Amino acid sequence: MTNLIDLGVRELRDGVRAGTFSAREVADSFIVAVSKAKQLNAFLVETPDHAIAAAKEADAARAAGETLKPLAGVPIGMKDLFCTKGVQSAAASHILEGFKPEYESTVSQKLWDAGAGMLGKLNMDQFAMGSSNETSYFGNVISPWRRADGGNAPLAPGGSSGGSSASIAARLCPAATGTDTGGSIRQPAAFTGIAGIKPTYGRCSRWGIIAFASSLDQAGPMARDVRDCAIMLEAMSGFDAKDSTSLQLDVPKWEAGLNASLAGKRIGIPKEYRVDGMPAEIEALWQQGIDWVKDAGAEVVEVSLPHTKYALPAYYIIAPAEASSNLARYDGVRYGLRDLPDGANLQEMYAATRAAGFGAEVKRRILIGTYVLSAGFYDAYYTQAQKVRTLIARDFDRAWETCDLLLTPTAPSAAFALGEKSADPIAMYLNDVFTVPSSLAGLPAMSVPGGLDKSGLPLGLQVIGKALDEQGVLDACLAIEERAGFKARPDAWW
Amino acid sequence: MRSDCGPDPVPHRRGGCNRGSRSASRAAMSVDAATVKKIASLARIAITDEEVAKIAPELDNILGWIEQLGEVDTSSVEPMTAVIANTLRLRDDVVTDGGKRDAVLANAPQAEHGFFTVPKVIE
Repeated sequence: MTNLIDLGVRELRDGVRAGTFSAREVADSFIVAVSKAKQLNAFLVETPDHAIAAAKEADAARAAGETLKPLAGVPIGMKDLFCTKGVQSAAASHILEGFKPEYESTVSQKLWDAGAGMLGKLNMDQFAMGSSNETSYFGNVISPWRRADGGNAPLAPGGSSGGSSASIAARLCPAATGTDTGGSIRQPAAFTGIAGIKPTYGRCSRWGIIAFASSLDQAGPMARDVRDCAIMLEAMSGFDAKDSTSLQLDVPKWEAGLNASLAGKRIGIPKEYRVDGMPAEIEALWQQGIDWVKDAGAEVVEVSLPHTKYALPAYYIIAPAEASSNLARYDGVRYGLRDLPDGANLQEMYAATRAAGFGAEVKRRILIGTYVLSAGFYDAYYTQAQKVRTLIARDFDRAWETCDLLLTPTAPSAAFALGEKSADPIAMYLNDVFTVPSSLAGLPAMSVPGGLDKSGLPLGLQVIGKALDEQGVLDACLAIEERAGFKARPDAWW
Repeated sequence: MRSDCGPDPVPHRRGGCNRGSRSASRAAMSVDAATVKKIASLARIAITDEEVAKIAPELDNILGWIEQLGEVDTSSVEPMTAVIANTLRLRDDVVTDGGKRDAVLANAPQAEHGFFTVPKVIE
């Protein structure tokens, strides 16, 4: 019999619909896989009861001859940034350890309404601040991938959605939610040989997602292939009156609209993304991607995004500024940790609680944010960064005059070893060089596996589209996926 | 956490509301221990002298890297306010929520008599 954990979202959905296997068999298979993979540290909380309840509902609906919901029979993983009612939602932090929300985030509710079940809450970088999953209070996620050098050095699964990427690559769940503020869906997807899409800012409601940088935060799906991402994204998207920046638009039928022919499409290659010191293998993969989209019928044109080099420094003003404001709510009064030293007054309680509850990277970003927003510095840093952001968005608008989509590498390297970059914050920040510009402009962007490097590690290609053109992005990624024929998977050593 | 009272203006670094083009050249080390203590206090994060000694050069390094934004001419550019053109919706001015005291207090580290409790504020 087929090993059910090897199947993706579409295959599971269709198999349950056809009665090839039951939803309960699917849920049980993944629950066992999760319980055996503790070494990866991808799950913070396991919720087998949730997955089983959804499976029972799917099987009962089928037995009664009802039409099954879009994700009936599909158990998924939920990033710990999403508030889930009655289940710890800690953003992988100490300050929210034990926090069990009294409410459900809009995106997770939409997934449950679509019939999905939850296998558990996924580890991540603390408050989504990190690119390697090394800032979690609950320990590193270990990538299921290993270099083919026999050394077995534990590798980063990428971040911040590192529990999501690792668990999908390890077949612990067929799909998971991610969130992306500057690359937190796309970079971990690239590091682990899976697909992930950040939709246009405003497609997915931010309500109930623990806030990092509100003008950038956007939820999206991660899964093994492009079609599975389209199915998940349809369930996650849609207008929500509870999010003031939610887009009041119907959700397109992305799955039904998938089309791998790129005839008539113009795909831009931004020359500024040829950064110094980029490994030859990344260059070669990029060229391979260009050949693939040409083969799919696209016309390839060179474009210029002249302000690209300023995207990262602008991001590292805007994101910490918003974070310092958003994280002001953690004060030891309303939820989460309280540290009250003997004889401390209220102000001392705040300071002690926040010192004990936040990790080093979170503190670093709050301090940067507080500094750049403080009186006398606000215009020079924050206003200047928001002006540069306008210029970056304008660069994309100009590019759209000569092309429909952009093709770039997702990250400047394959997965690095845990500990390799954690001592140098700027080296870590540079990992997001190709993903941050489209975040600043709010554009849809997706990573799809392209191949393996010489160490046997996955490399990803990124497609960026115009605002609201998720279909164009998914289609181009599908064309690449069909030509890349990426079938590699990590050996189950855990 | 925008504060009213910022760090003391630092000599040789851009201070005040300095709009328009600026020199791209960078001043010497300007995030010192006193600045770190000041911003940690504004951010309500208790910090030890050891941590200050570690964080000051880190922040100085990061802010120095960020400084390159100063070389971009933005004199005729408006700061971005929304990535996607969108209007802020207004809803009817009616009560839509409430009556959830126990749920609101459910995660409080300390709650008594239907209130959040904190150390004594008024003597």
